[in-house]
Amino acid sequence: MAIPKSVAPWLVVDAEGRAHVEARRCSVCAAILTAPSLACPSCGARGTLQPFMVTPTGRLHSYSIVHRSFPGVTVPFISVVVDMDDGTVLKGNLRGVAPTPDAICFDMPVRLVFDDAGRQDREGNRYVSYFFEAA
Amino acid sequence: MRDVYIVGIDMLRFGRFPGKTPGELGAEVALGAMDEAGVSIRDIQALYCGNQFDPVGMIAQDVQKQIGQTGIPSANIKNACATGATTLREAMFLIKAGAADITLAVGCEVMPRGLLGGGEPAAGISTEGLLGSGSMPCVFAEAGHAYARDYGTSFAQFAQVSVKNHWHSTMNPKAMYQKETPLEEVMQAEMIAYPNTKLMCSVNVDGAAAAVLMSEEEVRRRGLMGQAVKIRASALASDPYTPRNLAMWDINTATRMAADKAYEQAGLGPDDIDLVELHDCFATAELLHYENLRLCGVGEAGRMIDTGETRLGGRIPVNVSGGLLSKGHPIAATGIANMYEVVAHLRGTAGARQVEGARLGMTHVVGLGTVAAVHILEKSL
Repeated sequence: MAIPKSVAPWLVVDAEGRAHVEARRCSVCAAILTAPSLACPSCGARGTLQPFMVTPTGRLHSYSIVHRSFPGVTVPFISVVVDMDDGTVLKGNLRGVAPTPDAICFDMPVRLVFDDAGRQDREGNRYVSYFFEAA
Repeated sequence: MRDVYIVGIDMLRFGRFPGKTPGELGAEVALGAMDEAGVSIRDIQALYCGNQFDPVGMIAQDVQKQIGQTGIPSANIKNACATGATTLREAMFLIKAGAADITLAVGCEVMPRGLLGGGEPAAGISTEGLLGSGSMPCVFAEAGHAYARDYGTSFAQFAQVSVKNHWHSTMNPKAMYQKETPLEEVMQAEMIAYPNTKLMCSVNVDGAAAAVLMSEEEVRRRGLMGQAVKIRASALASDPYTPRNLAMWDINTATRMAADKAYEQAGLGPDDIDLVELHDCFATAELLHYENLRLCGVGEAGRMIDTGETRLGGRIPVNVSGGLLSKGHPIAATGIANMYEVVAHLRGTAGARQVEGARLGMTHVVGLGTVAAVHILEKSL
């Protein structure tokens, strides 16, 4: 079976289909980045961005409960911004938690999990994504 | 560099104009602004035109085909929600640089319908609802909640922004909606992205606004100082790196940088400002900008809305036009429409919503990506 594709440049899927999140840290200014860039967007240094595997635990920084989205997207879902324990910041869906304000609190501990994205592209390729769950 | 003045300014009542092109909407307000300034298209030495969504985007030339093709230099500008303000700023700099004495700035938009901020990708799969949501109501809900996390701001406090701005719009004949919305109605409206309900989202409408700018010498030569409004400060900033801005748009840092630069240019502080038109694209955003624009201290935005300090009649009225929440938000027109509102107050022609004795007003827009523009306008002596 074909190895599934990744939903984002910072989600790495290895030859066995195992996934992890990889970020980069600038060796000059210590800025942490996820999206690709030619130089460090924080200090402008070139050739200083060192990849590292992101710690799979963090705390919820902010969120919204999305009730209306674009056609074909299942609602409601919880969109979260998470401060990972190593300083990386990721955005994703929080699953396994009721989509009500009472069930969500700031700074709640969460962990990364990897799973099938449940969507295919026009060519029928499968994708792996990351999600957050309460830790 | 020499001072530049807004001498004529006009806006359409925002709404829906089926079948109209951005150029047609822009041409209408260009004529209005020129009439107010007492000039013809033959007096205009350069035209800058802002538009975000037209796929071709040669709107400055479309406007000239409607009102006069005189061969003047013109350029088309796209800068997200800061498009209108950026357009006027470019028209201002040409005069400051001494390359023109009279310029025209137009912002016009025929909006795509529905939610902004998502859609199908060219390749791969959409990550909407997979890696959170990139829809604007969600993005601004997350920005608001980051503030709530630190200062305990409540759903009701965010909702009060909509109550205030919808009330203000009942006094503005140019607003799309002119209807009061009590707190319960705002909070019980359809939930779009908690805590933003439908009544806490800006109105998706078409519109246009335009301004004629002149050098001080030209204003005096034409005897128009009585209606002229000085551009006392003009600042634009992009977001610098912050640890979170790859995961959430940073609407705060660029706004703070632009505001601080504007205060510095004007040699003024927040206490000198009589009214503010700021970027209330969502109710959650307005409270953040009280602090970003230095209208209150750290963590005090909730108190500002609770005590009515930003209502008409309060210490520092904010969005007396009804704001983007009720007046409407046709992206490229918004920045110049904010100035239309402030100019009306400085001239004393704002009618029922007039901020009494207004001498200095601030306008602010922030476009995701991120860019922020802040202007300070001053009544002429």
